[in-house]
Amino acid sequence: MTVIGPGLAGADELIVGPPPMSRLRWRRERPRIWRVTIFVLAAIFFLGPLAAAFKYSLQQDKGGYGFGNYGEIIKNNEVRSPLVTSLEIAILSAAIVILLILPTVVWVRLKKPKATAVMEFVTLLPIVVPPVVMAAGIQQFELNAPSWMFQYIDHAQSGLIPFYVVLAMPFTYRAIDTGVRAIDLHTLVDASRNLGASWPSTLVRVVLPNVQTAVLGALFLTVALCLGEVVIATLLLYNTFPVEVLVLYHQAQVGASVALSMITLTFTFLLLFGLSFLGQRRRGGRATGVI
Amino acid sequence: MIRFEGVQRFFPGVTALAGLDLEIENGELITLLGPSGCGKTTALRILGGFDRPDAGRLLVDDRDITKVPPNKRDMGMVFQAYSLFPNMDVRTNVAFGLRMRRQDKPTRFKRVEELLALVGLSETAHRYPYQLSGGQQQRVAIARALAIEPTVLLLDEPLSALDALVRTQLRAEIRSIQQRLEITTLFVTHDQSEALSIADRVGVMRSGRLEQLDTPENVYRRPATQFVAEFVGAMNRLPGRMGDNNEVQVLGQRLTLLNPNGRKPGEAVDALLRPEALEVVPDPAGPGTVTDRTFLGSAVRLQVTLDGGQKVLVESSSLSAHVQPGDRIAMRILADSVVIAHEPAAR
Ligand SMILES: Nc1ncnc2c1ncn2[C@@H]1O[C@H](COP(=O)(O)OP(=O)(O)OP(=O)(O)O)[C@@H](O)[C@H]1O
Ligand SMILES: [Mg+2]
Repeated sequence: MTVIGPGLAGADELIVGPPPMSRLRWRRERPRIWRVTIFVLAAIFFLGPLAAAFKYSLQQDKGGYGFGNYGEIIKNNEVRSPLVTSLEIAILSAAIVILLILPTVVWVRLKKPKATAVMEFVTLLPIVVPPVVMAAGIQQFELNAPSWMFQYIDHAQSGLIPFYVVLAMPFTYRAIDTGVRAIDLHTLVDASRNLGASWPSTLVRVVLPNVQTAVLGALFLTVALCLGEVVIATLLLYNTFPVEVLVLYHQAQVGASVALSMITLTFTFLLLFGLSFLGQRRRGGRATGVI
Repeated sequence: MIRFEGVQRFFPGVTALAGLDLEIENGELITLLGPSGCGKTTALRILGGFDRPDAGRLLVDDRDITKVPPNKRDMGMVFQAYSLFPNMDVRTNVAFGLRMRRQDKPTRFKRVEELLALVGLSETAHRYPYQLSGGQQQRVAIARALAIEPTVLLLDEPLSALDALVRTQLRAEIRSIQQRLEITTLFVTHDQSEALSIADRVGVMRSGRLEQLDTPENVYRRPATQFVAEFVGAMNRLPGRMGDNNEVQVLGQRLTLLNPNGRKPGEAVDALLRPEALEVVPDPAGPGTVTDRTFLGSAVRLQVTLDGGQKVLVESSSLSAHVQPGDRIAMRILADSVVIAHEPAAR
């Protein structure tokens, strides 16, 4: 029982009143047992494969354990450049998500509350349409698109960004919508406008900081998607980071491929951690909004 | 001066404002009073620019501002819901409007300190809204609204989330600040004592229209309509009869009638009389019996049941009311004017 964190120990304090007889004691113990069980099961489920992958990535070709695979990746330019590409895509997509989704959510909530259901449905479409179908559609589109469009949708990395923004939409829209729903948007926006703020000012200074956590969540989801999506990238012949992981895998450099995955995972985790830490500090230790 | 000119606002299936005409003099505090849904908030939101009228105009000093967006109106608003920005501390909240007006930092600091001193919250400058009580939050909201030196201060039931004691305290403070700064103010409330106690003039609204706009005394003592009479304060209905020259006979006394509406002499009417406009005297041959007595400290509230079964409330100074439940009494009217009912009771 010593593994229980402060959150679980604190739950005992919720029970008020005099310490009762054994039956009540048992009742009090039961949720705790359940919680621990679920926690342990979840931990095994998530951490088990990770631990196995990490161990695997440490296995050297010549036998024994070491960081050979990791060293290989850092030295190898063919691996490094897709990583940079993917990071660029991720950052740009994330920026577009904020610029696009946050104002949309605010607009729907304030001006078109009846459109909520429609928006929920529309933003779900990218999940309903399988990525393969979407990629095929994109290819058709590229074949028939007017030539001026190729300046934007060519095989430079930027061509993937619109698709990733759309692919992430089911998650980003919901995350930000939940955050916006948790604040008194109407009153805050009215107050801000009343004090002389323009719409952009209101969004940046009043809405954004108060849905920070939710927006960070949306950004994180977008970044994670950009660093993991292979179907569209492969079909459209982009050489992004996850594609490279697969390539390495097929070249029987399985160790390097897994090592690469571990690097992304750590990176993504640190990113999430850093972002949420940043979010906490800026509001003086208090978090509002929900992911 | 602020003027609503025939302002109308329709929502699907509801007429929120049905041609509102209202003039607010400079430096005046007007309270808008009325039942729920009568359009008070709508009127305020239209003045603040958050909503557009479907017809009619809004004038400030004869300048038409109907289409000016809220961020260009220079009107400070205090909302019913807590509206401080949760991500900013008190000082930043109060300075927000000044920052939007691109005032420099020293000016902002100075102004924020003045205003926090004005609302008595200098100590809390660095706290966040969640570290303040409801009353303190509304005070900061008032300071924030005043910081931009608005042409009008708009308050939409700013005290309704607070407990009774803080409410009375804060409304007195609002009034004294308003008088000191001589700021034109529109204050929406559905609390009568609030409306009557702090206003220069009270506007009583009903179904999107103004029924009466007058001093608190006149609204209470000389209501223009039956609705105003019955909505503001407690009111009794006593049977009476029309006399000549706009007079009504009630309980054998002659009273001036304030709202004749073409009633003819001899017609039976319901006279509306305040509990404190009535007096009881012990009288075994009187027309009623005291059925309940509530001691209120400075006053005593009596329920009198007339022989016809009708119940009448009487409020007397506790020094003069020596009657007990069960006593037979006679009633006298202390007022000299009266309003009669033309419709069924308003509430
Ligand atoms: N945005 C809106 N959409 C539809 N109807 C509305 C809207 N705002 C107000 N109404 C309707 O207009 C009428 C007047 O509303 P308003 O909020 O002005 O009333 P109020 O006098 O402030 O009432 P309360 O004392 O309850 O706050 C109500 O019937 C209300 O339902
Ligand atoms: Mg209202």
